[in-house]
Amino acid sequence: MSRVGAWVRHPFWQAVLLLILAYLLFKFGIALLPPLLGMHSAPVPTSVVVQYMLIALVGVLIHVSSDETRWRRFKEPIHDTMVDADKRWVRLAVLILVPLLIGWVTYDQTRPKVEAPITLRSIHPAPPSQITFRGKTIQLTGLENPLRHRGSLTEHIETGKRIYYQNCLACHGDRLDGQGHFAHGFSPTPLSFADQGTIAQLTESFVFWRVAKGGPGLPREGAPWSSAMPVWEDYLTEDEIWAVIIYLYEQSGWKPRTWEESTGGGEH
Amino acid sequence: MTDVVGLLQAAAQAAADTAGGYGHFPGIGARGAVWIAAEVHLMFAAFVLGVPMFAVICELIGIVGKDEKYDKLSKEFTRLLVFAYSATALWGGLLLFFLTTLYPRFWTHMATIFSRSMWVYAGLFFIESFTLYLYYYGWDRWKVGRAKWGHWGLGLLLNVWGTIVMFIANSWLTYMMSPPSGVTAETLPAEVGLWNAIANATWMPINIHRLIGNAVFGGAICGAYAAFRFLAAKTPEERAHYDWMGYVGNFIAISTFIVLPFAGYWLGREIYEYNQQMGITMMGGFMSWLWIVQAVLIGVLFLAANYYLWTGMGRIPGAERFAPYTKWMLLVLVICWIVWATPHTIIATREELAAMGGSHHPFLNVLGVMSAKNTAVNLMILTTFLSFLIYRRANRRPTVAWARTATIIQTAMFAIAAGVVLFYGVYGYFVEAIVRIGFSVYQVLAVLACIIGVSIIDVFLVRGAESRGEIRWGMMPARSQYALFILAVTFTWLMGLMGFARSGIRQHWHVYEVMRDTSADAATPALGEAANMISLCVLIFLGLVAFIFWLGGLAERAGHKAPVALAVPPQPAAGD
Repeated sequence: MSRVGAWVRHPFWQAVLLLILAYLLFKFGIALLPPLLGMHSAPVPTSVVVQYMLIALVGVLIHVSSDETRWRRFKEPIHDTMVDADKRWVRLAVLILVPLLIGWVTYDQTRPKVEAPITLRSIHPAPPSQITFRGKTIQLTGLENPLRHRGSLTEHIETGKRIYYQNCLACHGDRLDGQGHFAHGFSPTPLSFADQGTIAQLTESFVFWRVAKGGPGLPREGAPWSSAMPVWEDYLTEDEIWAVIIYLYEQSGWKPRTWEESTGGGEH
Repeated sequence: MTDVVGLLQAAAQAAADTAGGYGHFPGIGARGAVWIAAEVHLMFAAFVLGVPMFAVICELIGIVGKDEKYDKLSKEFTRLLVFAYSATALWGGLLLFFLTTLYPRFWTHMATIFSRSMWVYAGLFFIESFTLYLYYYGWDRWKVGRAKWGHWGLGLLLNVWGTIVMFIANSWLTYMMSPPSGVTAETLPAEVGLWNAIANATWMPINIHRLIGNAVFGGAICGAYAAFRFLAAKTPEERAHYDWMGYVGNFIAISTFIVLPFAGYWLGREIYEYNQQMGITMMGGFMSWLWIVQAVLIGVLFLAANYYLWTGMGRIPGAERFAPYTKWMLLVLVICWIVWATPHTIIATREELAAMGGSHHPFLNVLGVMSAKNTAVNLMILTTFLSFLIYRRANRRPTVAWARTATIIQTAMFAIAAGVVLFYGVYGYFVEAIVRIGFSVYQVLAVLACIIGVSIIDVFLVRGAESRGEIRWGMMPARSQYALFILAVTFTWLMGLMGFARSGIRQHWHVYEVMRDTSADAATPALGEAANMISLCVLIFLGLVAFIFWLGGLAERAGHKAPVALAVPPQPAAGD
């Protein structure tokens, strides 16, 4: 017991223990949090776990080396393993296993695999300052949803709902969460409007542009976008698109981003 | 068929535009050549603008405090400047030749608009160089009395010329980014008013951002120089001197760095306001990954700066009473770093994407937005300030009667500032985006108010304080010096990376929406390619800087036998 206590108090084994705990927290602990709030959960992607572990490693190394005594004690087991005569089998094992491990990881990273390679994606494409909608030029900068100042909001929501269920439901889902019937056939999957990172961050004019121009209308920068979103200006009128946008915000509970007073003033 | 005709027409147009518009550079291409020349020139320019700020402040402290070691320190840095000026001019000349030979059409456009400011620029560069020579070579001649103040005035003038030179150069590059309204592709360059072109939307934000950035950079490079000399030191006196110099460099770099994000925020806001497309490309689109890289690197900066202070506390008697707190401060920094570096759109395999239901993780998504990131960076700034504070207090015992009350008030200030930052960070999730943006201002103000309030109290609190023992300058572990190297390398790298973000958002335009890039290099480089180019520039710059450091030592050995031995003052801590 005392030996275990000494190990736990030793900086080297404390560092190892901390890193193991950090790994368990990042790999499994985070995924346990959303259900506590009644939310859907998912495992943390490997890229994030690796990133977090590197940060944790830096933190641990800073901790053990910021004090002279602690740093000296931390190095003791490493030094003993590499130098002491009675640890030559441990030394041999380390010197064989570590290069093998690095070799395996390198091989695993570079070997050909069946699945598609992981790519960086940018989610918010930059909108143009103006677009052409069925031959009509629409200035996007500073543009607000015209239906919010015209007619009955209740009717617009009803129209938007009908259009959504006729055209958008199959991909974006009944709960606007991007989990429609066809959703799993696409990569990337359709956007979830329930997510705080999508329409909650955007102006209605941005959403109009995305709906009207779809995947083919995405800018060339940041390509390939791999978006299956149709060009809805071919099927819906301008007012129908604005109505469905009102429905999206009403149903999701988010408020659209509004324009700042001076926006657009400096543009040419 | 229509598409094919359109493509052919576009190709014919591009060929017509390109004829005579671009030169060829072997191997790395025209863009690569200009990129390297411009980047390395800019790094040297930042060095020769940042170090004089540093030097003139140190000289002033030396004059006012009658402390010769600050004067010697200032002179030592100025010696580095003499070499660095030549390098700046050489790289600037190279850039000019590359631009005129590789991008003649673009250069004609710029020269037509900015010719008069270019002449002023060249003239000022002459004046600046001669001021530097007078400043450096007159150091020992104008050493006392009024002449010393005159000498300090030369240092001030050096900064004034340097700042004007930078402002002029900034007007050229900001015109490329944000040409004034009214200037279109049809406007003839001769019709563009000079002042109209200079005073464009992003000119002043860039001026301020670079001014602060140069001070940070100057401090970091000087810190690295001190670390280099510390590691190479042969005597305890040398080690003590360069240990102290490294501390001063780190202090200047980090204290000015703390305000840099606010200037950067202003610049970003102006870019967004000037053109929404540019703003989104930078923050949410193609360039958004650079901000994650930036978060990782700034995390490195914060950790390195704190690490340097914590290891430095080993040589301060009385600092051991603060040792138990450092692990908690480290924990805060690590958690904040993790939050700040969490990407909004996650790199994931197909299976992981399917499990998450998209590119956003159900929980980590919360950490990916600005509310979380602003909160994290503000808490990191507060924690770093706390490190400075305990470092400063380490060997002092306040003697004023109200010491305990003052410490309680200071603690309360920290708690309130942290509370405000956390409150607005969390509240930001419950309000719409336009309101949330304004919250960052409250967070920043709370942190700044805390820094200013606590510092003012501390100045009076430690006045006449008893010493717990003198700082043992030179008794610093060698590993701490690598933190200073990390700071310099990371700052340099960050400058290149974020400069790419600023410049890259113009995409295929030489002058945004006015003059199109019709060369073969018009595509925005992928992040990997950009990172490789920037790393190459950083290597070239730091290689040359190492050479300058070596030359500095060589000149010193030729002129004197040893550097000034440090007369260790009783309380040479931050803010003195």
